[in-house]
Amino acid sequence: MPQIFAYIAHKDGAAEDSALEMVAAAKKIDPDASVSAVVTGSGADLDKVCQDIAASYSEVLKVDNEVLSYPNAEIVRKALVNILPKGSIVLLPHDTFGMDLGPGLSIKNDSAFVADVVGFEGIDGNILKIVRQEYSGQVSTHVTCDISAGVVLNIRPGVFAADESKSAGGSVVDKSGDAGDLSVTRTFLEIVEAEAGDVDITKSDVLVSIGRGIEDEDNIEIAQELAEAMGADVSCSRPIVDSKWMEKSRQVGTSGQTVKPKVYLAMGISGSFQHLGGIKGSPYIIAVNKNSKAPIFQVADIGIITDILDFIPELTDAIKEL
Amino acid sequence: MEILVCVKRVPDTSENEIEVNSSGSDIERDDLVYSVNEWDNYAVEEAIQIVENAGSGSVTVVTIGDDESEEILRREMAMGANNGLLLSDDAFENSDGKGIATILKAAVDKGNYDLILTGAQAEGGAAQVGGMLAAMLDLPYASLVNKIDIGDSKLKVGREIEGGNQEMNDISMPCVLSIQTGINEPRYVGIRGIRKVASVDIPVMSASDLGIDASAVGEAGAKVKRVDYFVPDLGDGAEMLEGSTEEIIGKLIELLKANGGL
Ligand SMILES: Cc1cc2nc3c(=O)[nH]c(=O)nc-3n(C[C@H](O)[C@H](O)[C@H](O)COP(=O)(O)OP(=O)(O)OC[C@H]3O[C@@H](n4cnc5c(N)ncnc54)[C@H](O)[C@@H]3O)c2cc1C
Ligand SMILES: Cc1cc2nc3c(=O)[nH]c(=O)nc-3n(C[C@H](O)[C@H](O)[C@H](O)COP(=O)(O)OP(=O)(O)OC[C@H]3O[C@@H](n4cnc5c(N)ncnc54)[C@H](O)[C@@H]3O)c2cc1C
Repeated sequence: MPQIFAYIAHKDGAAEDSALEMVAAAKKIDPDASVSAVVTGSGADLDKVCQDIAASYSEVLKVDNEVLSYPNAEIVRKALVNILPKGSIVLLPHDTFGMDLGPGLSIKNDSAFVADVVGFEGIDGNILKIVRQEYSGQVSTHVTCDISAGVVLNIRPGVFAADESKSAGGSVVDKSGDAGDLSVTRTFLEIVEAEAGDVDITKSDVLVSIGRGIEDEDNIEIAQELAEAMGADVSCSRPIVDSKWMEKSRQVGTSGQTVKPKVYLAMGISGSFQHLGGIKGSPYIIAVNKNSKAPIFQVADIGIITDILDFIPELTDAIKEL
Repeated sequence: MEILVCVKRVPDTSENEIEVNSSGSDIERDDLVYSVNEWDNYAVEEAIQIVENAGSGSVTVVTIGDDESEEILRREMAMGANNGLLLSDDAFENSDGKGIATILKAAVDKGNYDLILTGAQAEGGAAQVGGMLAAMLDLPYASLVNKIDIGDSKLKVGREIEGGNQEMNDISMPCVLSIQTGINEPRYVGIRGIRKVASVDIPVMSASDLGIDASAVGEAGAKVKRVDYFVPDLGDGAEMLEGSTEEIIGKLIELLKANGGL
């Protein structure tokens, strides 16, 4: 069994949620595994993260270097290639950082790569059995992966319940001297924060949220009328913003806003994990979709199979009559 | 500026409901409508705009597939891409992501490109090919790009990260970028545009044309193998409201009242 390493993403001296989720994921690969963490960064923040997660990992490899103070995937990749033993299993979060790092790392490590892993179903010799999804979660697949030369696995955030046991009692090992040449051809400049919009949907109690099922810009009006009748705000999924039909500040999801309403009406939204990742606080979810197999119905409290273009105006009329 | 854009033919999920076939070996492919991967359309539009603004250069669209994949190349050429290139060989079938990147690398090596664009991801949500291709070519890479400013030998690119924030980077050329949706507004392609390119010759290259060792790609080279498709048993899911529209709306209003929605 190759050694398992988890890359720990962190910010402002605190490890991200994925840190404990990956302990759980590693135990699904091998319940007896002693899992190591790799943490890159610089200074006091880095030390604090290393100390915190040593409770959850049997060993914490620390790489301290000024150039790693912002996690530039190109630099992190160089460090990992130099530090990790050949043939390792490397776990990364499948987020915008993991997508930047994982595929290239697998090539440089000469190992396999599997993205957006949602489950493990055992290991047979060198063959690891993995569960993935395709078509935004409409279907699932089993894939097998030959890990004889190692593998990089990008793990979907939020699917493996965090391992809170904190009983690993690990030690921190300083690997900074082994990171090698960290010069790069891509330089981080700055973060440009997303613009605030007219309405702050993160404060809304009730959201009427529309997805690609709204079909046309002119139809957005019916959602606005429903929201008005309910005293709700209108939010949306990413394709609506990509089409420039609504402001980015109205987008719910990992690359948009994180909302915590009491009630969330998902109208013509399929329920991709990036969309659902922006809905917190377990709201009461009502999903309206014409496809009975839409993944949103797996997470919603109430489901209605119908055409939103007919349904929304009728619901608005009924509410107005109350 | 010479730009290569990698495009993939995929089932159009806005036109189809995707279901597993009866044996679980594949999705139900009868009656599927195919189109170009959503992300790739943005990548092609971006490439066309870069060349238009520079006033010189060309855009080549490349895909790995079979005869039917030619139609998406023509579609992107109707948008304004100058050249199409089809990479096709029985040996390419059942490639994993690394196999696809290996084939694309061989095509890149045959050309002389300043910039190589892919979509951020395709229908499988893997988001793997761009990063693999860059690493194989030893070129710098940035994923999820939603802004490109052209400099002399450098680009300034924005990566869309969590929360919709934008991570700005300098990156030297040649490089590989994976493009995120929303970076631009892809132009509309009409029937007339498609007709104009209907008879343009699209070269086809095989494994041997590309100098690819057949055992490194396709099923033979794949470390990752898809075993089957299935529908997971995820417990109860939503309570479905049924009946006439009036009944459904009546029930829904009660539920909204009870749960703070009205
Ligand atoms: C890095 C990254 C970040 C991302 N971040 C986000 C994010 O922050 N937020 C986000 O939303 N997405 C995000 N995405 C995109 C995400 O993967 C999905 O593509 C997106 O959420 C799909 O939006 P949708 O559900 O509206 O569209 P689709 O998946 O196309 O679903 C449309 C749904 O509407 C139904 N429908 C169609 N017509 C009707 C009708 N007339 N009546 C009823 N139902 C109808 C269909 O059955 C389908 O289920 C991100 C992707 C990446 C790669
Ligand atoms: C019949 C069949 C069998 C398959 N069997 C397997 C298998 O056994 N194991 C396995 O791992 N995968 C298998 N696949 C998936 C297939 O190999 C994927 O196409 C491959 O993994 C790369 O695509 P992606 O969707 O992962 O790309 P992503 O990395 O998500 O896509 C990013 C970008 O890469 C580029 N790109 C992707 N594919 C192409 C292409 N064909 N031509 C040009 N550019 C492209 C595009 O720019 C795209 O936007 C199979 C697919 C089919 C149709």
